[in-house]
Amino acid sequence: MTDQHEFFKAEGRATLSRRDFIKGVIASGVAVSSMAYVVRTQSVPGRAGAVERLITLNVNGQTRRVDVLPNETLAMTLRYKLGLTGTKLACDRAECGSCTVIVDGVALYSCSTLTHRMRGREITTIEGLEGPSGELNPVQQAFIDELGPQCGFCTPGQVMSAVALLVDNPNPTRQEAREAMAGNLCRCGAYEFYLNGVMRAANSVTRS
Amino acid sequence: MANLVGTNFTPPDIRGKVTGRAKYAEDFRAEGMLFCRLLTSPMPHGRVRDIDASEALAMPGVVAILTADEVPEMPEPEDQILTNEPHFVGEPILAVAAVDEATAEDAIARIRVDLEPLPFALDPLESLRPGGPNARLSGNAVVPREEGVREVKWTEEDFAAVADGQLPMGEPTLTWSYGDLEDGFANASVVLDETFVTGGNCHHSMEPRTAMAYWQDGRCFLFGSNQSQARVVPGLARYLEIDQDLVVFIGEHCGGGFGSKGSAYPTQVVPAYMAKKTGRPVMMRISRAEEYAIGSARPGFQGRIKMGFRQDGRLLACDLYIVQENGPNSGFNDWMSAAGAVSLVYTPVAMRFRGVSVLTNTPPRGPQRGPGQNQIAMAVEPVLDKAARQLGIDQFAIRRINAPDHDARYGGEREPVTSSYMGEALDQGAERFDWQTKRTRSGERRGSKVIGVGVGQAFHSAGTNGFDGLVRLTPDGKLHIHTGVGNLGTYSYVTTSRVAAEVLQCSWENCVIERGDSRLGLPWNNGQFGSNTSFTMSRTNYAAAMDAVRKLKVLAALDLGGSPEDYEIGNETVFRRGNPSRRLTYAAAGQRAIELGGEFDGHEMAEDLNRMTKTAVQGLAGTGLIGAARDNLERTGMVPALAVGFMVIDLDLETGKFEILDYLGVAECGTVMHPQGVAAQSRGAAVMGVGLATLEQMAFDPQWGLPRTVGLYQAKPPSYLDVPVETDSDAVDQPDPQNPVGAKGIGEPLQGCASAALLCAISDALGGHYFNRTPVSTDMIISAAAGLPQSQRPLQVHTE
Repeated sequence: MTDQHEFFKAEGRATLSRRDFIKGVIASGVAVSSMAYVVRTQSVPGRAGAVERLITLNVNGQTRRVDVLPNETLAMTLRYKLGLTGTKLACDRAECGSCTVIVDGVALYSCSTLTHRMRGREITTIEGLEGPSGELNPVQQAFIDELGPQCGFCTPGQVMSAVALLVDNPNPTRQEAREAMAGNLCRCGAYEFYLNGVMRAANSVTRS
Repeated sequence: MANLVGTNFTPPDIRGKVTGRAKYAEDFRAEGMLFCRLLTSPMPHGRVRDIDASEALAMPGVVAILTADEVPEMPEPEDQILTNEPHFVGEPILAVAAVDEATAEDAIARIRVDLEPLPFALDPLESLRPGGPNARLSGNAVVPREEGVREVKWTEEDFAAVADGQLPMGEPTLTWSYGDLEDGFANASVVLDETFVTGGNCHHSMEPRTAMAYWQDGRCFLFGSNQSQARVVPGLARYLEIDQDLVVFIGEHCGGGFGSKGSAYPTQVVPAYMAKKTGRPVMMRISRAEEYAIGSARPGFQGRIKMGFRQDGRLLACDLYIVQENGPNSGFNDWMSAAGAVSLVYTPVAMRFRGVSVLTNTPPRGPQRGPGQNQIAMAVEPVLDKAARQLGIDQFAIRRINAPDHDARYGGEREPVTSSYMGEALDQGAERFDWQTKRTRSGERRGSKVIGVGVGQAFHSAGTNGFDGLVRLTPDGKLHIHTGVGNLGTYSYVTTSRVAAEVLQCSWENCVIERGDSRLGLPWNNGQFGSNTSFTMSRTNYAAAMDAVRKLKVLAALDLGGSPEDYEIGNETVFRRGNPSRRLTYAAAGQRAIELGGEFDGHEMAEDLNRMTKTAVQGLAGTGLIGAARDNLERTGMVPALAVGFMVIDLDLETGKFEILDYLGVAECGTVMHPQGVAAQSRGAAVMGVGLATLEQMAFDPQWGLPRTVGLYQAKPPSYLDVPVETDSDAVDQPDPQNPVGAKGIGEPLQGCASAALLCAISDALGGHYFNRTPVSTDMIISAAAGLPQSQRPLQVHTE
């Protein structure tokens, strides 16, 4: 319990600055990252190295011109530059799937995708699923019918993973659906209800 | 008239959730919005000696820095907004506002904070030792009914028990007892004395506790992530040091709270203070890593329980001691609730509880789903099984004989209960699950796999009274149900609102729920926590609707003659009994109320309403017929929510992995108001229960006191692959007599019963091995199966 004080004594000083402390803990391999959420949303005048690039993205069937920094993630571009806040950020490090979007038919974590790599790709977000008159995608309707969402924060990601699954495999087994959805965490534990929704949506698509 | 209580519905906010239109705190924007980031403590306990921010302030794009000296200091040991004496790694010291987050982060990297490290405590027992470290300069314990913090130390003699792997039991800070304990143990056929450890775990709400704020005309607009609505406002006002009428709280959705966002929390006012300082809107997003520091966590226990059973399994005596790991601040009363749960669920003839809650320099603790009750269910339920084995009786039988009925009493005060159908829940579940057949599979071997069966129980106090309801009939014929409860994701804000529609016999299509924004005129409701919404807010909405019915009848009598008693309601009209042609539609009544004024349209109101409700009614006055009332209905006991889980698992003795083959959760929640919702709570809580029992952990580096579990993959909430693809749920569905629709809450015990059932099933598969520790990890299972000693020392905390 007094190991720290022994350490400080051995170092020949009673106290450490925050900077020294951080150096010490980095050396011990247990640093806490506070840098997970960083985006530069505006250019800072006179700032060196802030290279802005105007690129064209295809989002939900629309062509969008947008300024994108070299290290900017797709989730940040969608949420903070294109106003598409349906894509959620819960971990920002590819652990939870709340930020899932579909790129060229494949489910992708937008928090861990660089926007610059999205040029020439077809991006679909949760906002792009509804039909022209607001009709819901079968997955969205099935999630409503099965009471899939509880708090709802992971729901857009769950919807996108389910839609991508059904594109790939219109008639999944429950087990296949579970594996396809395994990259989407839900703290409310609504997994069973989302699976019910996937199976219901698969049936409705197959029937029609 | 549709029967609205007990039927399913499409929640009004669910379409927004599946389309991404539902707005959470981070989805709001304001013109000229700045971003703010926190500089947090890198050490578990320290003192700021100096802050040099000159270089940071000179950076382009940096707008302001906010330090602890500029915000109110909360009384010790409450959570602080910002602090100069951090008590845990990740505690916010100062905040920087800039044009964007990257700039704010760059600025933080250039701020020099001179921090003096102070002694820190991680293990409660170490802190209780003579000369052990204190988490705070003022001491190491929060003591019930005492202000502040003081030092509690035990003697070396007290610690002698540690050598035998048993919990030392020095001077407690809380004791209660009833019955003759010694007599109970003397008459017992089997006496067990078990020392146990239950680990803490983070809340892992998917939405980090982001907030955005701005000021307008002296009012603070705050967009936050909170489980509750009305209950948050006075807390924010206190942190902001302004009148609560000047707080506009917008909380349309909450991306998970599980207890960690029940009331206002201090970090969410940082952007408000920053907005005040800069004159611009400020958003402060919280990262996942920060969430592990300031996002709250469940307290851990080091405990000991001695239980004496009669030959037939009846629990004659129970002696419980809990040392709680409290975190550095106020913490929560899990340890006391755990003792209450034991007194109720197992109805011991005699019981004593002793405990102490010890401060540690680990993340602040707060209520998490079933706070105390679920930890103790995990510790005690496998002990019941151990006793059952020694007594030669069935695991079900030992629970059934001790099950609480309506005469059961709660806690040291022996408080009565409003209703308890625990026996019925056990019987109904056993039949539906086919317990008698399934229990015969216990011990069945296939290669390295073995079948285990288990049954678990849990409880939470689930309802209160004294809050207000507010409804409004407008001239367009709509019934507006104003709810201040919050929107945690259980949809109980809807189920309880439907009670008002039911009383007024309104079609659901003509109802509008007003919620999520203080400006809509929301009544003083309890928070959406403690499984209390269903009981508490069905009562408030009932009271408000009954007030509206009364006013409809008085108004009809005024206009159409006769006395109010001559009138009835139906088909959204108030009509004269025996002469339905003499009637007023609700639309017309809404219009007439406005013309008549007074109490009809809210220009006058009942004196006993809370000031928040009064402000709401004043704002709505003149817009329709207003029903507003305090819930003065009788409540003469504690409202128990009870749950039972039945489970069959297939445990691999070589890998320590298990598969859940069958699970049934049974809810004893009074009348079922929303069948789909109860199923969602039951099965979802079971998923959390699996995590609590076997996966989720909080570990710290003992040398530096740094957290080692700061990612979802490290702290490990369950994924799709950790739980079955299908489970079962059921409910007893018997009305509680002290609720107008018979409802009680349920959300919390549904987790604990699943955790307990799983741990009992694992023990069963291992031939009755009791682990004395949760979570039970795969390596613990492998060691137990191989007959090897466990790698953790008895009483060791924060194990991985």
